[in-house]
Amino acid sequence: MQIAIIKYNAGNIQSVLFALERIGHTATVTDDPIQINSADKVIFPGVGEASTAMRYLKERELDKLIVSLKQPVLGICLGMQLLCEYSEENNTNCLGIFNTKVRLFLPPLRQEKGLGGEAKVPQTGWNTITNLKTSLFNEVKENSYCYFVHSYYAEVCDNTIATTEYIQPYSAALNKDNFYGVQFHPEKSAAIGEQILKNFLNV
Amino acid sequence: MLTKRIIACLDIKDGRTVKGTNFIDLRDAGDPVELAIRYCEEGADELVFLDITATIEKRKTLSELANRIAHHINIPFTIGGGISSIEDVNILLQNGADKISVNTAAFNQPQLINRLAKEFGSQCIVLAIDTKQEEDGNWYIHLNGGRTRTTTLCFDWARQAVDLGAGEILLTSMDHDGTKQGFALDITKQLSENLPVPVIASGGGGIMEHFADVFTLGKADAALAASVFHFEEIKIKELKKYLIANNISIRF
Repeated sequence: MQIAIIKYNAGNIQSVLFALERIGHTATVTDDPIQINSADKVIFPGVGEASTAMRYLKERELDKLIVSLKQPVLGICLGMQLLCEYSEENNTNCLGIFNTKVRLFLPPLRQEKGLGGEAKVPQTGWNTITNLKTSLFNEVKENSYCYFVHSYYAEVCDNTIATTEYIQPYSAALNKDNFYGVQFHPEKSAAIGEQILKNFLNV
Repeated sequence: MLTKRIIACLDIKDGRTVKGTNFIDLRDAGDPVELAIRYCEEGADELVFLDITATIEKRKTLSELANRIAHHINIPFTIGGGISSIEDVNILLQNGADKISVNTAAFNQPQLINRLAKEFGSQCIVLAIDTKQEEDGNWYIHLNGGRTRTTTLCFDWARQAVDLGAGEILLTSMDHDGTKQGFALDITKQLSENLPVPVIASGGGGIMEHFADVFTLGKADAALAASVFHFEEIKIKELKKYLIANNISIRF
Protein backbone atom coordinates (compact mmCIF):
# COMPACT_ATOMS: atom_id res chain seq x y z
CA MET A 1 0.00 0.00 0.00
CA GLN A 2 1.27 3.45 -0.97
CA ILE A 3 0.78 5.97 1.83
CA ALA A 4 1.59 9.63 1.23
CA ILE A 5 2.06 12.06 4.10
CA ILE A 6 1.61 15.61 2.86
CA LYS A 7 4.75 17.63 3.47
CA TYR A 8 4.11 21.21 4.50
CA ASN A 9 5.25 23.70 7.11
CA ALA A 10 3.70 22.00 10.13
CA GLY A 11 5.02 19.60 12.73
CA ASN A 12 4.48 16.02 13.90
CA ILE A 13 5.20 14.49 10.48
CA GLN A 14 7.98 12.34 11.97
CA SER A 15 5.71 11.06 14.72
CA VAL A 16 3.11 9.95 12.16
CA LEU A 17 5.81 8.25 10.12
CA PHE A 18 7.14 6.40 13.18
CA ALA A 19 3.62 5.36 14.20
CA LEU A 20 2.98 3.88 10.74
CA GLU A 21 6.28 1.99 11.00
CA ARG A 22 5.21 0.57 14.36
CA ILE A 23 2.09 -0.91 12.74
CA GLY A 24 4.11 -2.30 9.84
CA HIS A 25 3.73 0.33 7.11
CA THR A 26 6.06 2.70 5.37
CA ALA A 27 5.01 6.07 4.01
CA THR A 28 6.43 8.78 1.78
CA VAL A 29 6.57 12.34 3.04
CA THR A 30 5.99 14.44 -0.07
CA ASP A 31 4.56 17.62 -1.58
CA ASP A 32 4.78 16.22 -5.12
CA PRO A 33 1.24 16.28 -6.66
CA ILE A 34 1.90 13.15 -8.74
CA GLN A 35 3.01 11.10 -5.73
CA ILE A 36 0.12 12.36 -3.61
CA ASN A 37 -2.45 11.70 -6.34
CA SER A 38 -1.24 8.16 -6.96
CA ALA A 39 -1.13 7.15 -3.28
CA ASP A 40 -3.70 4.68 -1.93
CA LYS A 41 -4.06 6.64 1.31
CA VAL A 42 -3.15 10.23 2.13
CA ILE A 43 -2.39 11.56 5.60
CA PHE A 44 -2.54 15.30 6.22
CA PRO A 45 -0.85 15.82 9.60
CA GLY A 46 -0.10 19.03 11.40
CA VAL A 47 0.80 20.84 14.54
CA GLY A 48 1.04 24.53 13.86
CA GLU A 49 -0.83 27.72 13.09
CA ALA A 50 -3.76 27.81 10.63
CA SER A 51 -3.11 30.96 8.56
CA THR A 52 0.60 30.23 8.04
CA ALA A 53 -0.23 26.67 7.01
CA MET A 54 -2.99 27.77 4.58
CA ARG A 55 -0.70 30.37 2.98
CA TYR A 56 1.96 27.70 2.44
CA LEU A 57 -0.57 25.26 0.91
CA LYS A 58 -1.93 27.94 -1.44
CA GLU A 59 1.51 29.06 -2.59
CA ARG A 60 2.19 25.50 -3.73
CA GLU A 61 -1.39 24.91 -4.96
CA LEU A 62 -1.64 22.02 -2.51
CA ASP A 63 -5.00 23.46 -1.41
CA LYS A 64 -6.60 22.60 -4.77
CA LEU A 65 -4.88 19.24 -4.85
CA ILE A 66 -6.09 18.19 -1.40
CA VAL A 67 -9.78 18.96 -2.04
CA SER A 68 -9.65 17.10 -5.36
CA LEU A 69 -8.35 13.84 -3.83
CA LYS A 70 -10.56 10.77 -4.30
CA GLN A 71 -8.72 8.24 -2.15
CA PRO A 72 -9.17 8.15 1.67
CA VAL A 73 -7.59 11.21 3.31
CA LEU A 74 -6.97 11.54 7.06
CA GLY A 75 -6.39 14.98 8.56
CA ILE A 76 -4.80 14.99 12.01
CA CYS A 77 -5.11 17.89 14.49
CA LEU A 78 -4.35 21.06 12.47
CA GLY A 79 -4.78 18.95 9.32
CA MET A 80 -8.36 18.19 10.39
CA GLN A 81 -9.01 21.84 11.23
CA LEU A 82 -7.72 22.94 7.82
CA LEU A 83 -10.27 20.62 6.18
CA CYS A 84 -13.07 22.63 7.85
CA GLU A 85 -14.70 25.79 6.41
CA TYR A 86 -13.09 28.40 8.55
CA SER A 87 -10.84 28.83 11.59
CA GLU A 88 -10.90 31.61 14.14
CA GLU A 89 -7.15 31.20 14.38
CA ASN A 90 -6.07 34.41 12.67
CA ASN A 91 -9.39 34.54 10.81
CA THR A 92 -8.49 31.88 8.26
CA ASN A 93 -10.62 30.53 5.41
CA CYS A 94 -9.83 26.83 5.19
CA LEU A 95 -10.39 24.06 2.65
CA GLY A 96 -14.14 23.70 3.18
CA ILE A 97 -14.57 19.92 3.13
CA PHE A 98 -16.26 19.53 6.54
CA ASN A 99 -19.38 21.63 7.17
CA THR A 100 -18.12 23.22 10.35
CA LYS A 101 -16.11 26.07 11.81
CA VAL A 102 -13.12 26.00 14.12
CA ARG A 103 -13.36 28.11 17.29
CA LEU A 104 -10.99 29.09 20.08
CA PHE A 105 -11.78 27.40 23.39
CA LEU A 106 -13.30 30.22 25.39
CA PRO A 107 -11.12 30.33 28.46
CA PRO A 108 -13.05 30.50 31.71
CA LEU A 109 -12.94 33.89 33.44
CA ARG A 110 -9.94 33.05 35.60
CA GLN A 111 -7.80 32.59 32.54
CA GLU A 112 -8.75 35.88 30.96
CA LYS A 113 -6.89 37.31 33.90
CA GLY A 114 -3.92 35.10 32.98
CA LEU A 115 -4.67 32.71 35.83
CA GLY A 116 -4.78 28.92 35.86
CA GLY A 117 -7.65 26.75 37.03
CA GLU A 118 -9.55 23.68 35.93
CA ALA A 119 -9.76 24.18 32.16
CA LYS A 120 -6.48 25.41 30.78
CA VAL A 121 -6.02 26.28 27.11
CA PRO A 122 -4.55 24.51 25.20
CA GLN A 123 -6.19 21.31 26.34
CA THR A 124 -3.21 19.02 26.94
CA GLY A 125 -3.60 15.36 27.72
CA TRP A 126 -5.91 12.36 27.54
CA ASN A 127 -9.66 12.74 27.07
CA THR A 128 -12.48 10.38 26.07
CA ILE A 129 -14.07 10.02 22.63
CA THR A 130 -17.81 9.18 22.43
CA ASN A 131 -20.69 8.77 19.93
CA LEU A 132 -18.31 6.84 17.67
CA LYS A 133 -19.46 6.33 14.08
CA THR A 134 -18.02 4.80 10.88
CA SER A 135 -15.43 2.06 10.41
CA LEU A 136 -12.68 4.45 11.56
CA PHE A 137 -13.65 3.33 15.06
CA ASN A 138 -13.94 -0.42 14.44
CA GLU A 139 -12.99 -2.27 17.63
CA VAL A 140 -12.68 1.03 19.51
CA LYS A 141 -14.90 1.20 22.58
CA GLU A 142 -17.01 4.22 23.52
CA ASN A 143 -15.17 6.43 26.02
CA SER A 144 -11.72 5.29 24.90
CA TYR A 145 -8.94 7.71 25.79
CA CYS A 146 -7.00 9.63 23.15
CA TYR A 147 -4.23 12.22 23.42
CA PHE A 148 -5.13 15.83 22.59
CA VAL A 149 -3.11 19.06 22.40
CA HIS A 150 -5.12 21.98 20.97
CA SER A 151 -6.45 25.47 21.63
CA TYR A 152 -9.05 25.48 18.83
CA TYR A 153 -11.90 23.01 18.32
CA ALA A 154 -14.30 22.12 15.50
CA GLU A 155 -17.97 22.61 16.34
CA VAL A 156 -20.26 19.58 16.28
CA CYS A 157 -21.97 19.24 12.85
CA ASP A 158 -23.56 16.64 10.55
CA ASN A 159 -20.06 15.35 9.66
CA THR A 160 -19.18 14.65 13.30
CA ILE A 161 -18.27 10.97 13.88
CA ALA A 162 -16.91 11.32 17.44
CA THR A 163 -17.30 13.90 20.16
CA THR A 164 -15.20 14.95 23.14
CA GLU A 165 -16.05 17.31 25.95
CA TYR A 166 -13.73 20.07 27.12
CA ILE A 167 -15.38 23.29 28.28
CA GLN A 168 -18.15 22.17 25.83
CA PRO A 169 -18.73 19.22 23.48
CA TYR A 170 -16.89 19.43 20.15
CA SER A 171 -15.94 17.25 17.17
CA ALA A 172 -13.18 14.78 18.04
CA ALA A 173 -13.49 13.31 14.54
CA LEU A 174 -15.20 14.22 11.25
CA ASN A 175 -16.04 12.35 8.05
CA LYS A 176 -17.41 13.40 4.70
CA ASP A 177 -17.12 11.11 1.66
CA ASN A 178 -13.45 10.01 1.43
CA PHE A 179 -12.26 12.64 3.93
CA TYR A 180 -11.64 11.83 7.60
CA GLY A 181 -10.29 14.08 10.31
CA VAL A 182 -9.29 13.52 13.92
CA GLN A 183 -8.54 16.25 16.44
CA PHE A 184 -6.55 13.93 18.70
CA HIS A 185 -3.18 12.44 17.84
CA PRO A 186 -3.65 8.76 16.90
CA GLU A 187 0.13 8.53 16.51
CA LYS A 188 0.44 9.25 20.26
CA SER A 189 -2.73 7.63 21.60
CA ALA A 190 -1.27 4.26 22.61
CA ALA A 191 -2.99 1.08 21.35
CA ILE A 192 -6.30 2.89 20.64
CA GLY A 193 -4.50 5.32 18.34
CA GLU A 194 -2.79 2.48 16.50
CA GLN A 195 -6.16 0.74 16.03
CA ILE A 196 -7.62 3.94 14.54
CA LEU A 197 -4.65 4.29 12.15
CA LYS A 198 -5.10 0.64 11.11
CA ASN A 199 -8.82 1.24 10.57
CA PHE A 200 -8.06 4.23 8.36
CA LEU A 201 -5.66 2.15 6.27
CA ASN A 202 -8.48 -0.41 5.86
CA VAL A 203 -11.09 2.16 4.76
CA MET B 1 -13.25 14.50 30.79
CA LEU B 2 -9.60 15.49 30.58
CA THR B 3 -7.60 13.27 32.91
CA LYS B 4 -4.77 13.95 35.31
CA ARG B 5 -1.57 12.46 33.95
CA ILE B 6 0.91 10.02 35.48
CA ILE B 7 4.36 10.64 34.05
CA ALA B 8 7.32 8.31 34.46
CA CYS B 9 10.68 10.04 34.36
CA LEU B 10 13.97 8.48 33.28
CA ASP B 11 17.21 10.21 34.17
CA ILE B 12 19.76 9.41 31.48
CA LYS B 13 23.54 9.40 31.71
CA ASP B 14 25.68 8.14 28.82
CA GLY B 15 22.66 6.41 27.34
CA ARG B 16 21.72 4.53 30.55
CA THR B 17 18.98 5.20 33.07
CA VAL B 18 20.30 6.36 36.44
CA LYS B 19 18.65 7.38 39.68
CA GLY B 20 20.02 9.38 42.58
CA THR B 21 18.77 10.89 45.81
CA ASN B 22 18.61 14.67 46.18
CA PHE B 23 20.36 15.13 42.85
CA ILE B 24 23.48 13.11 43.84
CA ASP B 25 24.53 9.47 44.48
CA LEU B 26 23.60 7.93 41.12
CA ARG B 27 22.65 4.29 40.70
CA ASP B 28 22.28 2.42 37.41
CA ALA B 29 18.65 1.59 36.62
CA GLY B 30 18.78 -0.04 33.19
CA ASP B 31 18.24 0.53 29.47
CA PRO B 32 15.99 3.56 28.89
CA VAL B 33 14.14 2.14 25.89
CA GLU B 34 13.35 -1.17 27.63
CA LEU B 35 12.14 0.73 30.64
CA ALA B 36 10.11 3.10 28.45
CA ILE B 37 8.35 0.14 26.81
CA ARG B 38 7.58 -1.33 30.24
CA TYR B 39 6.08 1.98 31.40
CA CYS B 40 3.88 2.20 28.30
CA GLU B 41 2.59 -1.30 28.96
CA GLU B 42 1.90 -0.43 32.59
CA GLY B 43 -0.21 2.55 31.52
CA ALA B 44 2.01 5.61 31.95
CA ASP B 45 0.37 8.61 30.25
CA GLU B 46 3.60 10.26 29.22
CA LEU B 47 7.35 9.85 29.62
CA VAL B 48 10.09 12.34 30.37
CA PHE B 49 13.78 11.67 29.65
CA LEU B 50 16.21 14.01 31.39
CA ASP B 51 19.78 13.73 30.19
CA ILE B 52 22.49 14.58 32.66
CA THR B 53 25.46 13.63 30.47
CA ALA B 54 27.91 16.48 30.15
CA THR B 55 30.03 15.51 27.17
CA ILE B 56 30.49 16.86 23.66
CA GLU B 57 29.01 13.74 22.02
CA LYS B 58 25.89 14.31 24.05
CA ARG B 59 23.79 15.92 21.33
CA LYS B 60 24.26 12.98 18.97
CA THR B 61 23.65 10.34 21.66
CA LEU B 62 20.50 12.10 22.75
CA SER B 63 19.03 12.41 19.25
CA GLU B 64 19.79 8.73 18.64
CA LEU B 65 18.04 7.90 21.88
CA ALA B 66 15.01 10.01 20.87
CA ASN B 67 14.88 8.14 17.60
CA ARG B 68 15.00 4.73 19.31
CA ILE B 69 12.31 5.76 21.79
CA ALA B 70 10.06 7.14 19.05
CA HIS B 71 10.25 3.84 17.18
CA HIS B 72 9.19 1.84 20.23
CA ILE B 73 6.63 3.81 22.20
CA ASN B 74 3.16 5.07 21.29
CA ILE B 75 2.59 7.80 23.90
CA PRO B 76 3.99 11.35 24.09
CA PHE B 77 7.47 11.91 25.43
CA THR B 78 9.60 14.88 26.43
CA ILE B 79 13.38 15.12 26.29
CA GLY B 80 15.41 17.56 28.36
CA GLY B 81 18.86 18.19 29.74
CA GLY B 82 21.29 20.82 28.57
CA ILE B 83 19.15 22.04 25.67
CA SER B 84 20.30 25.54 24.74
CA SER B 85 19.54 26.27 21.09
CA ILE B 86 16.96 26.09 18.32
CA GLU B 87 19.20 23.56 16.57
CA ASP B 88 19.24 21.27 19.66
CA VAL B 89 15.45 21.32 19.70
CA ASN B 90 15.05 20.87 15.98
CA ILE B 91 17.18 17.71 16.01
CA LEU B 92 15.22 16.18 18.90
CA LEU B 93 11.81 16.96 17.37
CA GLN B 94 12.99 15.61 14.00
CA ASN B 95 13.93 12.41 15.79
CA GLY B 96 10.45 11.99 17.18
CA ALA B 97 10.39 13.81 20.54
CA ASP B 98 7.00 15.44 21.16
CA LYS B 99 8.22 18.08 23.57
CA ILE B 100 11.52 19.32 24.89
CA SER B 101 12.28 20.81 28.27
CA VAL B 102 14.57 23.73 28.95
CA ASN B 103 15.97 24.80 32.30
CA THR B 104 19.27 26.62 32.98
CA ALA B 105 19.85 27.91 29.44
CA ALA B 106 16.36 29.44 29.39
CA PHE B 107 16.91 31.12 32.73
CA ASN B 108 20.21 32.61 31.58
CA GLN B 109 18.71 33.67 28.27
CA PRO B 110 14.91 34.02 28.60
CA GLN B 111 14.44 35.00 24.95
CA LEU B 112 15.34 31.39 24.09
CA ILE B 113 11.82 30.41 25.24
CA ASN B 114 10.28 33.02 22.99
CA ARG B 115 12.30 31.94 19.98
CA LEU B 116 11.55 28.25 20.57
CA ALA B 117 7.83 28.89 21.03
CA LYS B 118 7.68 30.89 17.79
CA GLU B 119 9.64 28.28 15.87
CA PHE B 120 8.01 25.10 17.19
CA GLY B 121 4.87 26.18 19.10
CA SER B 122 4.31 26.53 22.84
CA GLN B 123 2.80 23.05 23.05
CA CYS B 124 6.24 21.47 22.78
CA ILE B 125 8.15 23.83 25.09
CA VAL B 126 8.25 22.60 28.69
CA LEU B 127 9.95 24.81 31.26
CA ALA B 128 11.71 22.66 33.86
CA ILE B 129 12.25 24.36 37.20
CA ASP B 130 14.33 23.12 40.13
CA THR B 131 13.25 24.93 43.26
CA LYS B 132 14.08 24.94 46.94
CA GLN B 133 12.41 26.59 49.89
CA GLU B 134 14.79 28.83 51.83
CA GLU B 135 14.63 29.79 55.48
CA ASP B 136 12.61 32.91 54.65
CA GLY B 137 9.80 30.56 53.53
CA ASN B 138 10.09 31.52 49.84
CA TRP B 139 10.78 29.17 46.95
CA TYR B 140 13.85 30.08 44.88
CA ILE B 141 15.11 28.98 41.47
CA HIS B 142 18.18 26.71 41.37
CA LEU B 143 20.18 26.04 38.23
CA ASN B 144 22.68 23.55 36.81
CA GLY B 145 20.90 20.47 38.16
CA GLY B 146 20.43 22.16 41.51
CA ARG B 147 24.06 23.11 42.10
CA THR B 148 23.65 26.89 41.64
CA ARG B 149 21.21 28.90 43.70
CA THR B 150 19.70 32.18 42.53
CA THR B 151 17.78 34.96 44.23
CA THR B 152 14.86 34.68 41.78
CA LEU B 153 11.53 33.54 43.16
CA CYS B 154 10.13 30.37 41.60
CA PHE B 155 6.77 31.95 40.85
CA ASP B 156 8.27 35.06 39.22
CA TRP B 157 10.37 33.04 36.81
CA ALA B 158 7.49 30.67 36.01
CA ARG B 159 5.23 33.64 35.21
CA GLN B 160 7.86 35.27 33.00
CA ALA B 161 8.54 32.01 31.14
CA VAL B 162 4.82 31.43 30.49
CA ASP B 163 4.49 34.98 29.18
CA LEU B 164 7.42 34.24 26.86
CA GLY B 165 5.70 31.13 25.51
CA ALA B 166 6.44 28.12 27.73
CA GLY B 167 3.51 25.73 27.30
CA GLU B 168 3.89 23.60 30.40
CA ILE B 169 5.86 23.65 33.67
CA LEU B 170 7.76 20.72 35.12
CA LEU B 171 8.21 21.75 38.75
CA THR B 172 10.75 19.81 40.83
CA SER B 173 11.07 20.51 44.51
CA MET B 174 14.67 19.76 45.46
CA ASP B 175 13.62 19.59 49.10
CA HIS B 176 11.27 16.72 48.29
CA ASP B 177 13.06 14.95 45.42
CA GLY B 178 14.23 11.48 46.44
CA THR B 179 12.75 11.73 49.94
CA LYS B 180 9.50 9.80 49.24
CA GLN B 181 7.82 12.05 51.79
CA GLY B 182 5.25 13.57 49.41
CA PHE B 183 5.18 16.32 46.79
CA ALA B 184 5.59 20.04 47.52
CA LEU B 185 1.88 20.84 47.62
CA ASP B 186 1.98 24.56 48.33
CA ILE B 187 4.27 25.73 45.51
CA THR B 188 2.60 23.31 43.07
CA LYS B 189 -0.80 24.75 43.97
CA GLN B 190 0.44 28.32 43.69
CA LEU B 191 1.74 27.75 40.17
CA SER B 192 -1.15 25.62 38.95
CA GLU B 193 -3.85 27.98 40.20
CA ASN B 194 -2.16 31.12 38.98
CA LEU B 195 -0.71 30.18 35.62
CA PRO B 196 -2.70 29.31 32.48
CA VAL B 197 -0.55 26.28 31.55
CA PRO B 198 -0.40 22.73 32.94
CA VAL B 199 1.88 22.09 35.90
CA ILE B 200 3.65 18.75 36.32
CA ALA B 201 4.58 18.13 39.96
CA SER B 202 7.86 16.33 40.52
CA GLY B 203 9.84 15.20 43.54
CA GLY B 204 8.76 13.32 46.63
CA GLY B 205 6.13 10.84 45.44
CA GLY B 206 6.69 7.84 47.72
CA ILE B 207 3.28 6.25 48.31
CA MET B 208 0.03 6.31 46.34
CA GLU B 209 -1.61 8.77 48.72
CA HIS B 210 1.03 11.38 47.79
CA PHE B 211 -0.19 11.29 44.20
CA ALA B 212 -3.82 11.73 45.24
CA ASP B 213 -2.76 14.66 47.42
CA VAL B 214 -0.83 16.43 44.68
CA PHE B 215 -3.86 16.24 42.37
CA THR B 216 -6.51 17.23 44.91
CA LEU B 217 -4.61 19.54 47.29
CA GLY B 218 -1.72 20.56 45.02
CA LYS B 219 -4.01 21.06 41.98
CA ALA B 220 -1.34 19.53 39.73
CA ASP B 221 -2.29 18.63 36.15
CA ALA B 222 0.24 15.79 36.11
CA ALA B 223 2.49 14.03 38.60
CA LEU B 224 5.93 12.72 37.76
CA ALA B 225 8.09 10.16 39.50
CA ALA B 226 11.18 8.16 38.70
CA SER B 227 12.62 5.80 41.30
CA VAL B 228 9.36 4.52 42.79
CA PHE B 229 8.35 3.42 39.29
CA HIS B 230 11.83 2.16 38.32
CA PHE B 231 12.11 -0.07 41.33
CA GLU B 232 8.40 -0.98 41.30
CA GLU B 233 7.78 0.35 44.78
CA ILE B 234 4.65 1.74 43.17
CA LYS B 235 3.12 -0.06 40.20
CA ILE B 236 1.60 2.41 37.74
CA LYS B 237 -1.46 0.21 37.17
CA GLU B 238 -2.20 -0.06 40.86
CA LEU B 239 -1.59 3.65 41.34
CA LYS B 240 -4.11 4.44 38.63
CA LYS B 241 -6.71 2.10 40.16
CA TYR B 242 -6.17 3.77 43.52
CA LEU B 243 -6.59 7.27 42.06
CA ILE B 244 -9.78 6.26 40.22
CA ALA B 245 -11.14 4.84 43.49
CA ASN B 246 -10.40 8.27 44.97
CA ASN B 247 -12.54 9.97 42.29
CA ILE B 248 -9.62 11.40 40.36
CA SER B 249 -10.04 11.45 36.59
CA ILE B 250 -7.44 9.02 35.21
CA ARG B 251 -6.97 7.14 31.92
CA PHE B 252 -7.22 3.39 32.41
